Amino acid sequence: MPESVPNGRAGGTPVALKLTAKDFKSDQEVRWCPGCGDYAILAAVQSFMPELNIARENTVFVSGIGCSSRFPYYMNTYGMHSIHGRAPAIATGLSVSRPDLSVWVVTGDGDALSIGGNHLIHALRRNVNLKILLFNNRIYGLTKGQYSPTSEIGKVTKSTPVGSADSPFNPLSLALGAEATFVARTIDSDRKHLQSVLRAAAEHEGSAFVEIYQNCNIFNDGAFDQLKDPETRDDFLIRLEHGQPITFGADGQFCVVHPPGGFGLEVRPTSSVRPEEIVVHDATVQEPAYAFALSRLPGFDLRNTPIGVFRDVSRPSYDSLVQSQVEVAKAKTTGTPEEEFASLLSSGDTWTIL
Amino acid sequence: MTKQVRQLDRVVIRFAGDSGDGMQLTGDRFTSETAQLGNDISTLPNFPAEIRAPAGTLPGVSSFQVHFADYDILTPGDAPNVLVAMNPAALKANLGDLPRGADIIVNTDEFTKRSLAKVGYTVSPLDDGTLDGYALHPVALTSMTVGALAEHDISKKDAERAKNMFALGLLSWMYSRPYESTIRFLERKFAARPELVAANIAAFRAGWNFGETTENFSVRYEVKPAKMRPGTYRNITGNQALSLGLVAAGVRSKLPVFLGAYPITPASDILHELSKHKRFGVTTMQAEDEIAAIGAALGASYGGALGVTTTSGPGVALKGETISLAVALELPLVIVDVQRAGPSTGMPTKTEQADLNMALFGRHGEAPVAVIAPRSPSDCFHAAIEAARIALTYRTPVILLSDNYVANGSEPWLLPEVDSLPDLQVEFATAPNSEDGKSFLPYLRDPETLARPWAIPGTPGLEHRIGGLEKADKTGDISYDPANHDFMVRTRQARIDAIPVPDVEVEDPDGDARVLVLGWGSTYGPIGAACRGLRQRGLPVAQAHLRHLSPMPANLGEVLRSYDRVVIPEMNLGQLAHVIRARYLVDAIPYNQVRGLPFTAAELETMLEEVVKNA
Repeated sequence: MPESVPNGRAGGTPVALKLTAKDFKSDQEVRWCPGCGDYAILAAVQSFMPELNIARENTVFVSGIGCSSRFPYYMNTYGMHSIHGRAPAIATGLSVSRPDLSVWVVTGDGDALSIGGNHLIHALRRNVNLKILLFNNRIYGLTKGQYSPTSEIGKVTKSTPVGSADSPFNPLSLALGAEATFVARTIDSDRKHLQSVLRAAAEHEGSAFVEIYQNCNIFNDGAFDQLKDPETRDDFLIRLEHGQPITFGADGQFCVVHPPGGFGLEVRPTSSVRPEEIVVHDATVQEPAYAFALSRLPGFDLRNTPIGVFRDVSRPSYDSLVQSQVEVAKAKTTGTPEEEFASLLSSGDTWTIL
Repeated sequence: MTKQVRQLDRVVIRFAGDSGDGMQLTGDRFTSETAQLGNDISTLPNFPAEIRAPAGTLPGVSSFQVHFADYDILTPGDAPNVLVAMNPAALKANLGDLPRGADIIVNTDEFTKRSLAKVGYTVSPLDDGTLDGYALHPVALTSMTVGALAEHDISKKDAERAKNMFALGLLSWMYSRPYESTIRFLERKFAARPELVAANIAAFRAGWNFGETTENFSVRYEVKPAKMRPGTYRNITGNQALSLGLVAAGVRSKLPVFLGAYPITPASDILHELSKHKRFGVTTMQAEDEIAAIGAALGASYGGALGVTTTSGPGVALKGETISLAVALELPLVIVDVQRAGPSTGMPTKTEQADLNMALFGRHGEAPVAVIAPRSPSDCFHAAIEAARIALTYRTPVILLSDNYVANGSEPWLLPEVDSLPDLQVEFATAPNSEDGKSFLPYLRDPETLARPWAIPGTPGLEHRIGGLEKADKTGDISYDPANHDFMVRTRQARIDAIPVPDVEVEDPDGDARVLVLGWGSTYGPIGAACRGLRQRGLPVAQAHLRHLSPMPANLGEVLRSYDRVVIPEMNLGQLAHVIRARYLVDAIPYNQVRGLPFTAAELETMLEEVVKNA
């Protein structure tokens, strides 16, 4: 295998690559529906990538199947559009065997949480060095409008004419249940926030799981309007900031507290609590229960939806542990691979015929 | 007393007992001693899927058969000359395979009323004439072992467990085996518990001495070393050989090997073995499921490693979608299927060849891959290297069809010179390849191999996207153009068809055979032994054996048409025969058996005799 160019974070002296958003645009025509939230995410990612100062050739986007999974075609990096649900598994093999690369997974709510649910939780529990972007539009778009595992119960779609009967997944709760080391949520339309979350994800060693609320204007238009409408968004959104008391609302009139005797967190009017009762956000809490409690705050109508980095803790990545086992074993060898192999062949009980 | 020593040219011994009696280990040790002596060997373990089936029951019987001879042999033997039965269940389960006159050594301590009742004996078969016509040797194996270890400071249970070493000692004496390797083995195995080393060695010696002194055994046998090619040998199972072949492929390609695998019988041993060889740059990942296992392997291949996944039939079914992706991506990938009896869970520890159709055709869309099959345990080494060579050179998934018979069977293996193994080095793409030298065309093919360039991430200037959507020729861009799809489908087939594979060789010593026996995979031994038997009786028969099942050898049609009759024995319901009939319009005669066991040479010989005489 050829020596890889250091990716700006691993080995060597970082050289300013002076890339721009344009450098990350491929020559392929973007083919999402006009008005799709994916355009905003693509533009945000393309304009964010230069700041990582990672050479394009050392960046790989791997996707599964679905509207979001067309993403790699539009990035002028290495990319693979794979099969439904399997992107985390494929990306794991790539990342483990090529720790010099920056590997991103782009997936959707059906891809990551339905057909590929198993691979997602296992990538997260292993803490593979992947940046996983889950575009959640709460609907199957590419297959033209069936309910998804994040659709609200009672959802009327082509496949559920009298309403869906199954409860949705909360993607962040699921990721936290798998003890993901980095968990965040952001929104397609808020480029600044989206990029701030990507920045934190990119800096994280190990799996970074980012849920991006994304609007499907064809099959589930307005799914997140309460979080976008200037009239409501400030009262609905909780913008998490590490080290800051969790208050929200246009006038900071709401806050998050840990009620005595309760298991989780609750929202209260700020005026009704003492300032020291307000929870100060700490993404580095090792115990996932805190971030899990945050993930349970939103109501059915998306009221009290936290966005930002829920959890960002340090744990060795699977990639680094696996690689170090190989390196340790290699360091013990004395001969050439051919000599070592010849001695492996003749190990154990052998006999010689003259 | 002086014992008579009789020379034999070949012997088949079957050790049978309860799953917990250590019969596999006993058989392994006897095999190793026999290998040291220089006999040719072939072994067949046969064990239940249950780890510990209820003690003393028929489903719990585990056996190990070893065939050794002073000439080259091809199979583990049809029928045992000697059965060692550690309990009534072992006797009952194996008696039907024994020819009259065979030696039967039974552990009389286990022939209690209760143990007999467990397997439906109301009267002991040792007493009621059932064993008339056999040479019965009743031995109180357990109590003699416990007695011999009375002075040892170990529990009664540990003492009883050493009875397999008593049996091994007795058999080692009977067949004049050198036992130094067993002593060394016991010292290694129980290194942490010296009292068990001493006890097991004492049990082994007690068994040996018992043979020498008792009047129960009046004859001792010798089997002289076989004439084998000079060189250094070791005894090896198919799974071990296959694992070493994959390591060799890494060494000879200078690529890291990445194995993604999910535990499944009978393929797990390859995962275990490869996980020991990290120093060769081998990475193993026990994935969350079969699909993730192949996905990770494909991801590693995309990154420039030799991606491998190992499984059995049910696992291949799950991997099908990813194999098709690998066909579309045109990346190297080795898929090892250690076949077992199906469908579904079937008989996981028994052998079968019924995944051929799945390997050749079992995918969605037109998704051709290369398929090869090893013919014997040691051949798994070379087959693995050949699979890697095709995968790397032609950028294609390759399915390697092993099966439980070759995977767990063993034979002596002449160790190859590492330098004599094929050079598998490949060149990654490093520069744009368009005519104007400005852009990179990921699907511009090498005109000779029809392989596309392998451009791995990290290579500046060659950034490109690949995926499962149909790709335009050369550029690899998404394409829904009808003519392009037709072209790409045909090209993917053509590039597999064009892989050069060696001509099939025909073994027809006198050149006058009118009947050809065609086989593939693990049936090589039994078919070969049957053909030898016929020829020795003056009945001419030709044998051809396929290693490459996709593509098939170019000369195969001509070979098939030059015989009056073609017979195809398979451990399935005629899957190769179906392909041969369809492709070559040859009226091949299928001969099929799906009992979870390999063919015996005798049954094939009987069947072939009919065909040859009527040809």
